[in-house]
Amino acid sequence: MIEVLDPGPLTTVQDRGRPGLAHLGVSPSGAADPRAYELGNALAGNRPGAASLESTLAGPRLRFLADAVVALTGAVHRPPFEVAAGEVLEVGGYVHGARTYVAVRGGIAVEPVLGSRSTDLMGGLGPPVARAGDVLPVGGEAGEAAAVEPDPLPGEPVLRVVPGPRAEWFAPGALEALTSQPWRISAASNRIGIRLDGEPLAWARREELRSEGLVTGSLQVPPNGLPILLGPDHPTTGGYPVIAVVRSEDLWLAGQLRPGGSVTFERVAPSPRCQAPCSTETAPKQD
Amino acid sequence: MSVAVRAAGDRALLVELAGNAEAVRLAERARSELPGLVDAVPGHSTVLLAFDAAPDAGRVRALAESVEGGGVRAGAEVELAVTYDGPDLAEVAKLASLSPEEVVARHCAATYVAGFLGFSPGFAYLLGGDERLFVPRRAEPRTRVPGGTVATAGVYSGVYPRESPGGWRLLGRTDAVLFDPSREPPALLAAGDRVRFVAR
Repeated sequence: MIEVLDPGPLTTVQDRGRPGLAHLGVSPSGAADPRAYELGNALAGNRPGAASLESTLAGPRLRFLADAVVALTGAVHRPPFEVAAGEVLEVGGYVHGARTYVAVRGGIAVEPVLGSRSTDLMGGLGPPVARAGDVLPVGGEAGEAAAVEPDPLPGEPVLRVVPGPRAEWFAPGALEALTSQPWRISAASNRIGIRLDGEPLAWARREELRSEGLVTGSLQVPPNGLPILLGPDHPTTGGYPVIAVVRSEDLWLAGQLRPGGSVTFERVAPSPRCQAPCSTETAPKQD
Repeated sequence: MSVAVRAAGDRALLVELAGNAEAVRLAERARSELPGLVDAVPGHSTVLLAFDAAPDAGRVRALAESVEGGGVRAGAEVELAVTYDGPDLAEVAKLASLSPEEVVARHCAATYVAGFLGFSPGFAYLLGGDERLFVPRRAEPRTRVPGGTVATAGVYSGVYPRESPGGWRLLGRTDAVLFDPSREPPALLAAGDRVRFVAR
C-alpha cells in the first residue's frame, strides 16, 4: 500500500487506457507520455499494462506502507530502487518535461473500469484524482525487470504533423502559419487538451462543422484561431475543424510539453499508402 | 455515391459520407471487415476509422463506396419516460412560438435516431426531431447540468448521462441510466437505435 502525503499539482493513476470505446463516447485516456510509462514498467519489472502514478509538473510525496521496488521515468528519471516500509519518497519539481511516472513493482492495483485503471478527467471514469490521505493498493504480479536507458527529452520540442482532415477549412497560409511559428504552451492545459498561444489561424469558412470523431494529437482550432492539441482524455467527437494531427510516434513528447514553454510543428506526409487516395481536395456530396 | 477519405494523422482516416445512415452502416461494417481497426466512430455524416498501423485508404474508400443509404434503419427501440419540468421549457416554447404543452407534445411525437455518441460516455446525439423545436444553444453554457436531464439544441435532442457543463436547452429529466460501466453494453443507446420520449 502507498499513502499519498501530497499529490502535487495533479497525480492520477494511468495505464494503457480504454482504446476501442470511442463510439460509446469513452475517451482513450491512458498515460500522456506512453513511452515513459512503458519504460517505467520495464524498469520496475512489471507486466505490460500495469498501472503507474502519473504526476504533473511536480512529483508527489508518497509514504510506502510496505517494502517496494520503484522506478521513476519521464521528466524525472531514476533507475529502479528499493523503498523500505515506512519510507517517504519525494519526487520534487521538474526542470524539463511535464510528467513523471512512478512505476511500482506489482502495479497500482485499483479496481479497473472498462478494462483500465486510468483516470479519465473528461468522462469521469476510473479512480478519482489522487488526494492527500489516499491509500493506494499495490498488486502482487510482476515479471522480469529490464535494463533500459531512457532517451533524453529534447530542449526544443518539435512535433511532426500530418495536414488535415480539415485543412481546407482554413484561410490560405494557415498551415504555413501553423508550422512556421513557435507556439506558447498555455497554463490552461491538461490531459484533455494543450492550449496554444500565438498568431491565430484564420478560418476560411463561417458555417459550423458537424460533429465528427477526433484522435489524440489532433490540432483542433476554435473560432478564436488558437489551436488546442488534444490529449488522451479528449472528447471523442467535436465540431471544431482539425487543421493537422501529430504523428503517433511523437505523441509521447506532447505529454511532456510544459506550460510556459513553446513547441513548433513540422509538416510531414501521412504515409506512403495514404498519400494518393487521401485527397484533402475532394468536395463531398452534401446531404 | 461520393465519399471523401481524409487523413487524420498517420493512423486514422476520416470518411465523409452522404448522411448519418451511411455513417452508422460504414462504422458497423468496418468493425467486422477491416483488419487492425481500433475505433470506428460515427459522427453526424462522417466515420473516423482509427487503426493500429498506417491505414489502407484504398480499401477504406472501396468499403465506404459500397455502403448504401436509405431503407429502414436497424437498431434497438428505446422508450425514455420523461418529466417535462426543465428550466428552459418556457423559453423553448417562446422561441418556437408554441405553448409549453405543445413543445412537450411535439418532443414526444417524434421518433429519434441515435446518430452518434460523444461529448461524454453514453451521450447520444438524437436526430429526427420536430423542426419547430430547433432552437439555438444557450449563449452562456451552464456549468452544471444534472445527470438524466433531457435537452435540445439545433437539430439534436439528447440526455446528459451524468452531471456536466452544458449549453443545451433543458426540457425535462428521466430516471433512465444512460451509462453504467458495469453493464454490458455500458451505453444504453448505440448509434442507429430508435428513441421515443414519453411524458409522465
